[in-house]
Amino acid sequence: MSDTTTPAGTTSAASPRSWSAPRRRSARDSGNTAVAWLFLPPALLLFTIFVVVPMGEAVWYSVFKWNGYGVPTQFVGTLNFELLFEDPVFRLSLFNNVLVILATLLIQLPLALGLAVLLVDRVPLTTTFRLIFFLPYILAEVAAGLIWRFVYDGDYGLFAKLWEMFGAVGPHVLAEPDMAIYAVLAVSVWKYFGFYMILYIAGLQQIDRSLYEAARIDGASRWQVFSRITMPLLGSTVRLTIFFAILSSIQKFDLIMALTGGGPNDSTQTMVSFLYSYGLTRMDIGFGSAVGVVLFAMCVAFAFGYKRTVMRHD
Amino acid sequence: MTDLHSSEMAGSGRMPPVLRYTPLLVIALIVLVPMVVTVLGGFKTLGELRVNPFGLPSDWEWKNYWDILAGARYWQLMGNSLIIATLTVVLTLIVSSMAAYVFVQVRFVGSGYLLNYILLGLMFPAATAILPLFIKIRDLGMLDTYWGVVLPQVAFGLATSILLFRNYFKQLPGELFEAALIDGCGYFRFFWHITLPLSKPILATVAVIVFVASWNAYLLPLVVFNRDTLYTWPLGIMAYQGEYSTDWNLVLSFIALTILPAVIIFFSAQKHIVAGLTSGSVKG
Repeated sequence: MSDTTTPAGTTSAASPRSWSAPRRRSARDSGNTAVAWLFLPPALLLFTIFVVVPMGEAVWYSVFKWNGYGVPTQFVGTLNFELLFEDPVFRLSLFNNVLVILATLLIQLPLALGLAVLLVDRVPLTTTFRLIFFLPYILAEVAAGLIWRFVYDGDYGLFAKLWEMFGAVGPHVLAEPDMAIYAVLAVSVWKYFGFYMILYIAGLQQIDRSLYEAARIDGASRWQVFSRITMPLLGSTVRLTIFFAILSSIQKFDLIMALTGGGPNDSTQTMVSFLYSYGLTRMDIGFGSAVGVVLFAMCVAFAFGYKRTVMRHD
Repeated sequence: MTDLHSSEMAGSGRMPPVLRYTPLLVIALIVLVPMVVTVLGGFKTLGELRVNPFGLPSDWEWKNYWDILAGARYWQLMGNSLIIATLTVVLTLIVSSMAAYVFVQVRFVGSGYLLNYILLGLMFPAATAILPLFIKIRDLGMLDTYWGVVLPQVAFGLATSILLFRNYFKQLPGELFEAALIDGCGYFRFFWHITLPLSKPILATVAVIVFVASWNAYLLPLVVFNRDTLYTWPLGIMAYQGEYSTDWNLVLSFIALTILPAVIIFFSAQKHIVAGLTSGSVKG
């Protein structure tokens, strides 16, 4: 895509416009051009230099073996990608990302929706509960992760104490390879459900109240009201939240670093933490870039696919 | 009189209070307990924390907090984070409001393509390009500088903020522009004297989104900063935890102090912040 003036032949029919400016175009051509030449380049330059070019370079670097110094010369073709997909740790990372997505879709969003339904009505303490549930969202993932690292701590943590109350010795949750990832998932749900709850409340508030009144007069049960009125009318909000929840699940990183650093035995690595641990800290730029390319391809494929299918009418 | 409104809403209207409040209370506890325990834990000695992690401290150990507040480390981390977040916000507001203004007010060939080009950024997770970005920042000599974090942050936030500005500018009445042009006001003056003053709500929204993202950012500063005098607080708190990993009481007080600014600001400007953060995610 060109980032300077496009040839005059290209009409802009592709992009629908409903702006009011075009009509006055001829009279103001000079100020017009000057403002475009002054106001656009900073954004275009920054975006190109720090977003688009690095992304293109990731593709370029991914076919080399390179330690980041000098210029990449050792062309290896698709070797980095082959190594990547054979790597058991990367496969596990991929699987963990799938787990994050599942926890989000099956626990976090339904929980958020349920609470939104409970809290959309003006009942006592509504605002207090909403604020409490939103609170974890404003914490940085790093802070939330460290707080829970304490909660899970086998010697000092709350979990240890809870087990002790029942006369048992608590497990070191984050040190058990079989358990650690589930502990991470719980924190992820804990941190983000309140955010999605707020989005759902906003969506619920837009539903016309008279529909509920009509449903009640017709004698609809609570479940019928929820499944026949609330869910269909909340559809576009739900589809949008699923979109963002999945995209952010694919990129999970900060929380992992704060809770486990990817351990024990790489059992809690996600794709981004894998990229960090095996690409960046080892300065294996080609291999790490290949991870980035895979990650990027997944995000783009998902985003396009989802927008074309699920969100087609939104 | 029955209150019709509360019984006609989103499907939970006539629910018995027990059914409504039991789950709410349980979840509120799960949300609050870890945070409260963190703050209280900071007031305990290590020994007490071990036997009594839940309850109030028997002796309030102000020393933990006091030592951190009296030392330079905490303030340096806060200062670095504040400088970086402020620079990121200011630069983002300037660059993206200008670009959005052009996309709305100026018609030129290819403008639609340029907009789509930038909106591609909505799909780029910063993490995917972090290695080439690291190389780029290194080659530009910006490792261990504030700009090495600020400029990429601005760049990666542009798509969202330009979109938000554009949507807002579009709904400003077109007659304003018409009238201003007749009065001899040019594009630049119109932007500065009319568009921006009318856009305070969206400026605030974008500022909140960008500030929070920068304040909480971890990956980019982690990659760019080697010198710990430049660390932002998420890096600092991780390093602190690494150093004092078994002194949980100190770590907890440090965590409590680092999340304090965010919590205070949140409660004092909660309406704006909730609006800002939620509108940021309604990108489409």
